Amino acid sequence: MAEQSYTEQEFKVVGSRVRRPDGVDKVTGRARYGADAFAPGQLVGRILRSPHAHAKIKKIDISRAEKMKGVKAVITCDDLPDLTGGRGPNFDILVNCMARGTALYHGHAVAAVAAVDEPTARKALKAIKVEYKALPHVTDVDAAMAEDAPIVQPGVEHDGKPSNIVNVSQFGHGDVDAGFAEADVIIEKSYRTEQTHQGYIEPHACLASVGPDGDGELWVTTQGHFTFRNVCAQLLGMDIAKLKVTSSEIGGGFGGKTHVWMEPVALALSRKANRPVKLVMGRDEVFMGSGPTCSTSMDVKIGAKRDGTITAGQATLRYQDGPFPGPWGMLGAMTSWACYDLPNVQAVAYDVLVNRPKVAAYRAPSAPMAAFAVESTMDLVAAEIGMDPVDFRLQNVAKEGSKAAYGPTYGPIGIEATLRAVKNHPHMKAKLGKNQGRGMACGFWFNFGGQTCTDLNIGVDGTVNLTMGTVDVGGARASMSLIAAEELGIPYEKVKCNVGDTSSLGHNDTTEGSRGTFSSGMATIFAARAAIDVLKARAALMWEIDVDDIEWKDGAAHAKGIEHSNLAPLTLAEIAKKSPQTGGPIAGHNEVVADGAGVSFASHICDVEVDPETGKTKILRYTVVQDAGKAIHPDYVEGQFQGAAAQGIGWALNEEYVYGEDGRLQNPSFLDYRIPVCSDLPFIDTEILEIPNPNHPYGIRGVGETSIVPPLAAIAGAVSNAVGVRLDHTPMSPPRVLKAIREANGR
Amino acid sequence: MNGVQVSTTVNGDVEEFVCHPGETLLEVLRNRLGLTGAKEGCGTGDCGACSVIVDGQLVCSCLVLGAEVEGRKVATVEGLADGNRLHPLQDKFLEHAALQCGICTPGFLVAAKALLDDNPDPTEEEIRYALAGNLCRCTGYDKIVRAVDAAAAELRKSSKKKASGRKK
Amino acid sequence: MRYEAPSSSKEAAKLLASAKGKAVVLAGGTDLLVRMKSGAVEPDLIVDIKRIGATQEIKKSGNGFKIGAGVSGARLGKHRALKKAWPGVVEATNLIGSDQIQGRCTMAGNLCNASPAADSVPAMVAANAKANVVGPGGRRTVAVEKIPTGPGKTSLKKGEIIESITLPAKAPRSGDAYLRFIPRTEMDIAVVSAGVNLTLDSKGVVKKARVALGAVAPTVLLVEDAAKAIVGTKLDDDALAALAAACEAACRPIDDMRGTIEFRTEVAGVLARRAALTAYERAGGKK
Repeated sequence: MAEQSYTEQEFKVVGSRVRRPDGVDKVTGRARYGADAFAPGQLVGRILRSPHAHAKIKKIDISRAEKMKGVKAVITCDDLPDLTGGRGPNFDILVNCMARGTALYHGHAVAAVAAVDEPTARKALKAIKVEYKALPHVTDVDAAMAEDAPIVQPGVEHDGKPSNIVNVSQFGHGDVDAGFAEADVIIEKSYRTEQTHQGYIEPHACLASVGPDGDGELWVTTQGHFTFRNVCAQLLGMDIAKLKVTSSEIGGGFGGKTHVWMEPVALALSRKANRPVKLVMGRDEVFMGSGPTCSTSMDVKIGAKRDGTITAGQATLRYQDGPFPGPWGMLGAMTSWACYDLPNVQAVAYDVLVNRPKVAAYRAPSAPMAAFAVESTMDLVAAEIGMDPVDFRLQNVAKEGSKAAYGPTYGPIGIEATLRAVKNHPHMKAKLGKNQGRGMACGFWFNFGGQTCTDLNIGVDGTVNLTMGTVDVGGARASMSLIAAEELGIPYEKVKCNVGDTSSLGHNDTTEGSRGTFSSGMATIFAARAAIDVLKARAALMWEIDVDDIEWKDGAAHAKGIEHSNLAPLTLAEIAKKSPQTGGPIAGHNEVVADGAGVSFASHICDVEVDPETGKTKILRYTVVQDAGKAIHPDYVEGQFQGAAAQGIGWALNEEYVYGEDGRLQNPSFLDYRIPVCSDLPFIDTEILEIPNPNHPYGIRGVGETSIVPPLAAIAGAVSNAVGVRLDHTPMSPPRVLKAIREANGR
Repeated sequence: MNGVQVSTTVNGDVEEFVCHPGETLLEVLRNRLGLTGAKEGCGTGDCGACSVIVDGQLVCSCLVLGAEVEGRKVATVEGLADGNRLHPLQDKFLEHAALQCGICTPGFLVAAKALLDDNPDPTEEEIRYALAGNLCRCTGYDKIVRAVDAAAAELRKSSKKKASGRKK
Repeated sequence: MRYEAPSSSKEAAKLLASAKGKAVVLAGGTDLLVRMKSGAVEPDLIVDIKRIGATQEIKKSGNGFKIGAGVSGARLGKHRALKKAWPGVVEATNLIGSDQIQGRCTMAGNLCNASPAADSVPAMVAANAKANVVGPGGRRTVAVEKIPTGPGKTSLKKGEIIESITLPAKAPRSGDAYLRFIPRTEMDIAVVSAGVNLTLDSKGVVKKARVALGAVAPTVLLVEDAAKAIVGTKLDDDALAALAAACEAACRPIDDMRGTIEFRTEVAGVLARRAALTAYERAGGKK
């Protein structure tokens, strides 16, 4: 679409660091998040979860709980019949929100209650008697692929035999065997990454209300209220139009709130109790029952000439998906080699079922693990041929016109620019002390676009309501207001941006894949341009001239041509004021499938110090360089870079799901699932590069995800340079680092 | 249940309520007093999103019983601004874009207020350690630390002004 | 469930002794409320001891310091004389949790929670601290290391509470220190820890030593062999190596989500060595 194409322009407000419109509410405690809603007569919902990793549910006796005073509803899977058309689309979501005959992981929901208060709800859960028969379980991805592994989902077959392997994906081109035959140096290494969680500070929370007429409302913390509406309506057997879903302020998502977890349960409880039900997960439930990312096991092999040219790259990736199939291994394979232009390349991925929670998207899902393996091996090859790791990457870097291993041929991309920025960065030249080391690594993410619908309404005083349908996860309302102000030519302060509920806009895809600013930005531009067309038409009426004689600039209609030189420009506010007399309200609307999201690249530099006696790693300095296409609000672009890097640092150093022999999750708390605290991190320096995306009027690329990809390998490189041990297993926790040091010293 | 009758002061207002003996101050604030600024991120004192100040002392309201605040003075994020004038911490958080999703922000503001009340000129390291009990998953803490530092400078400037004003 | 906030220790003891069902003592609440939230403990009676005058005092006398069971870590950290006399104990207590936790947590609570990883306990054991217990049978004084008997278990009898902790008067040329290992910089439970308390003679030779280790056994260990390894030395390298070896030998840790047996064992020696050097310096020893 030509109008989607990038046009170079000088921006007036886009790119400025304005205050966010939702800021005051958020610093005064007024902003309402998932758990902050109240409805008259609301009940407290709670979910009973399986204590077993894998068990047959023989019997659930809810009779005692149902009879308790103050208990208004008790439900099991019987209250959520399969309306998907017989194990149809979204059946996995139904099974995950309430076990059907089998508990598939520790923490799998088996029943739920709604009661008048919290103590009563807790007592009611205790009164539910579940008879389990424990089944053999498997939580490790390699063990799950073994011949004699317990089968997680009967019916899954691989090579004609019952298996936990649900999908095998392969990408690449050329002839890797021939490529390795040409190589002077071949490095092959295996890696593991443990399971991590998005760790949003706000637990899942919703307030569901289904009336006697069957119509419903759902207030929920989500990244995609339209998707939640569609899924919940289907699973509950409701008409889509009769379920209104409002996205609350969202307290972090990072992909974890793109998935429906417990909302159908809340709606089913409300329907049964005939009262509103508030359902809020505890932190332990968030860890046990809402999706973490995959743990993985990976092998990577790279062959290169002595001159630094890579002749072949091959990766075998094993990703566990929890008990339901996902695209996770496939995404790992697609992203693994995306930074490089390789003649012979292959990535094979296995998606494997285990008895762990259903895996969810987590910021550039699947890319950080594959990058850990590939980038670490890149370092090893560079070291083996005696080349600087940045130069080695530059020599093989993907450029415009390169064919990516996952298929497409790249347009203008930023990986080379980020590497050159890293090479010239003062950080690269800073001195290091004893037990200190530096590492660097690259990362890639696709970015997405998708269905988007935006409304722009102009008030009679010339102020603008912008209603967007993607969720504001961290500053999007500021960015959208900047874009609307830019297009209309009015001050930023004259625009008020809101996130519309599902009854106020057409469908918007979930806010994922770094699509918010790209796609809603595009729809906002088009909606504003549609409104400008109306404004021009109204000015034509007011002036009684032909609309073709009018142009819009600097927030006003200007009459063109010498014959109209007596007509002073009509500002937006002046036209709006007259709108009741010139045809009524002035609005612009746009619906679009925003294609052409530009791919994104980042390169990071990291310095660490390792205590050789305890194996503890301290991050001394960290620099992110990433291509943003166009930074609409630079503060929030930097914020995305910094936040993504911090999550990557946590993943690299300390975060992991720990399972016991019994298949139970041992650390479902912020005490023992250790995300970085303020004193763990230095300031995170950022450098925003702007290589315009040709498929967006402003050149925007998504910026939210890419920078979680490089930290694992960058830190592994830094640790290696600090104390001489190369960690191949994340997190690089003190016990693992100390063990590696001990082994390297022959102890 | 034996309800406990409690009389306390919240943000300067006298509040009376009856709560369950096991009910936390956080639950009381949110569910009985309608003050939902303090958030429950964990309920176990590990995230700081529920931070409030009781008798001048920073605490996690999830680890205090409602019954315990009889006769105490409780300060929450809702009482931080002076009428419609934002506290310098609130102002600097906005200026420095120190929040993304904002769920941790009330806790950070309250914890930072407690820090600056005690130490008006903290170093970067002191800020980082003082805020270590507040988890943020969005920002990497960078802009939060900068905002607290800027607010501290602002508060020092205005207290100096006040002091010199008094001398005159 | 019932909540009581008595104004005397005697009254508290009486309430606890006569309670039907599960009765718990609430001091700082930073462990108790977490256990209540998870359902691990469902008390019928909560006795809040913070309205008892004696639990709120820090008293200095010729015999040392008496620290009330309701005194928070934050208050302890602001007490200059105490910090000067027992920097290791104060630092250890101040390491418990965040500033928010410091606003509530207490030494006595940390002791009664009976976690082998409790931060203040190895420092108190090294300092030779005593617990002042009040119960239906009156008062008694117990060495702190006798209070925890295993994870989550104490030697306190039904109705007994710790009213205060006594730290002895600081001996001339003495110093204490506490170090713990955690994966992050804050907010973690100690994976392994060491408290060391040294008294030197006028020549800087270690005359007396107490070395305690945390998180390497079901209770905090007072390691006498470790003390023996450094008494009579000026903490030369051989003495420090012997100290570390004695500590490693004393460890009986477990593998869990926080650390491995080998990690805890090795790092116990490292921390004891480092803490000993700090204690030595605080005692006025010069290396």
